Amino acid sequence: MKRPPLMIADDVSVEFPVQGGVPGFSRRVLRAVNGVTLQVRPGEAVGLVGESGSGKSTLGRALLGLEPVTNGAVSFDGTRVSGGTRAALDRLRRETAMVFQDPYGALNPRLTAAQAVAEVLEVHRKVPRSEVAARVSELLELVGLRPEHGTRRPASLSGGQCQRVGIARALAVEPRLIVADECVAALDVSIQGQIINLFMELREQLDLSLIFIAHDLAIVRRLCDRVAVMYLGRIVEEGPTEQVFTDPRHPYTAALIRAIPEIDPDRPLPATPLDGDPPSPMRLPPGCAFHPRCPHARSECRGDPPPAERTEPGRRWSCILGPGTVAPLTTKQPETDREETP
Amino acid sequence: MTAPVLTVDGLTVETTEGQRIVDGLSFDLAPGEILGLVGESGSGKTVACRALMRLLPPRAMSITAGTVTLGADELTGLSDAQMRKVRGRRIGMIFQNPTAHLDPVMRIGDQIAEGVRLHEGVSRRAARARAVEALRQVGIPDPEARVDSYAHEFSGGMRQRAMIAVALACDPEVLIADEPTTALDVTVQAQILRLLMELRDRKGLSIILITHDLGVVAQTCDSIAVLYGGRLCERGPKREILGRPAHRYTEGLIRCQPTTAAGTGLLDTIPGQPPTLGDMPEGCRFHPRCPAATALCRATRPGTQPHGPGHVAACHHPATLKEPA
Repeated sequence: MKRPPLMIADDVSVEFPVQGGVPGFSRRVLRAVNGVTLQVRPGEAVGLVGESGSGKSTLGRALLGLEPVTNGAVSFDGTRVSGGTRAALDRLRRETAMVFQDPYGALNPRLTAAQAVAEVLEVHRKVPRSEVAARVSELLELVGLRPEHGTRRPASLSGGQCQRVGIARALAVEPRLIVADECVAALDVSIQGQIINLFMELREQLDLSLIFIAHDLAIVRRLCDRVAVMYLGRIVEEGPTEQVFTDPRHPYTAALIRAIPEIDPDRPLPATPLDGDPPSPMRLPPGCAFHPRCPHARSECRGDPPPAERTEPGRRWSCILGPGTVAPLTTKQPETDREETP
Repeated sequence: MTAPVLTVDGLTVETTEGQRIVDGLSFDLAPGEILGLVGESGSGKTVACRALMRLLPPRAMSITAGTVTLGADELTGLSDAQMRKVRGRRIGMIFQNPTAHLDPVMRIGDQIAEGVRLHEGVSRRAARARAVEALRQVGIPDPEARVDSYAHEFSGGMRQRAMIAVALACDPEVLIADEPTTALDVTVQAQILRLLMELRDRKGLSIILITHDLGVVAQTCDSIAVLYGGRLCERGPKREILGRPAHRYTEGLIRCQPTTAAGTGLLDTIPGQPPTLGDMPEGCRFHPRCPAATALCRATRPGTQPHGPGHVAACHHPATLKEPA
């Protein structure tokens, strides 16, 4: 019944050289993505969540071949694309698209919305030149813009409308997979919902796979079938969204869910929020990267190698703790934060 | 009922072209109260607070009506020299982006001490001791050493703590926090919000928290004021506003939150776009997006009506009031 995965990342690492050190002697690298394995099936929406610097955007870009992969392999629809042939990369570009965080920054200020969409159609030769205009209005309608919006430049469109143009550009490619990188973070709350609904409707209509990168867990819970939680370049937990939210296995996932402010005046802030900040990805702590902030950390967490991945059907997490150790979360009851201490 | 620390009455800010960015805003702030000022971008929440501090860009916009009363003083009538004695000493302010608001080439301790020396004329040594104390209060570990650090040596959460230390060094009565956690990660956001609440409990500080995140408001504030298109929609105690919203905009805003609770259907949304400054609708500014709008809403600006204890709203057709469960 399950179709084979559309996109597979196998043990993918992405490193960047860092300025500094003695030239020619010490080469410092920042490992933004560190041995990540992830699969996306056709029509599936996968959420990538984590704090800033966790490598979620870099991973999204690496999957689309926008960032060179240092180690591991990315394959799309059965063909290897990282370090693969030019033809494989061309095919990836024709069948995937990306939607960016800053809706204004992603558009050319001199092109009208219709021109911006037409540009994509022409570059990819999606339709004959004579049909470009018709296809443009079809795409603008699909993302909920009126024809008159097509004649406007980004400066005279609102943030939400610009984001719709960005989505229309992504859809112009007729992609099988869209990577959306924090695509609602810059929008007002009342507009965020409109864009999220648009993504949900498009998924239904077009059998689209979606990698949705966000730090807003509430949106991911609503939109995504599965969620992968990243911390300092690694996926620390992955599984079906509802299971991860109601029964998190990794203490970091639990802390992240607990820290979401909910509109419930009876649910106070966690009494003891997670201490400290995420460490710099340039100085990764040995062992489990989360151990300096983890309330459950033991001596074996501090030494290399990092804890082995635990698995259950459909789920995996990298922690020494077994199921049921991290307290399950209830969303409505007042928190007694003591639950988490073993 | 204690007297409010800060009273804002009919505050109006206009650009030089006569566009009203803030239109007749009124609210009170009690001692030790945390007021959440909620609204979308362009709703005037930041401009309103900058107007309280008299920090509006000169020659671009100015206060054209209304009063701001802090204790016994009316701030809009003060001279610039008198206002400088209020700013930083009686009202502190922190911003969204600590990196942009801390001086990158000045030691953190000196930035805290600068205000203390200026306002209180204490010695260099005493000011430094105050800086160490201020850093300790905001939970920076090892403040004696950190007082000589530069901003770039701090992480994002620590910079926000340092900025709070700068703002609180002179023990102000009111702290204005403009989106203080928007640039931070959720786990660090929880730490900073907790710190603000602790400071309120410890020092009786009153806080105006500007935010677009109703979740943040629900967890930290005592009362809420909702702004839309430069006007106050609704104001009242947190439980009243979140539990029994009267204004249709507040109601819609609460409904369209993608709460973490399970649910797979489409989200509720408010159709349309927030109004822009050059194109403010007549009558009630929310009417083009409002499900209950009538001819009255299109023509006449609604006045503020009481809706419960301490709860007022400016709506011609308030949402059906449910009895509190």
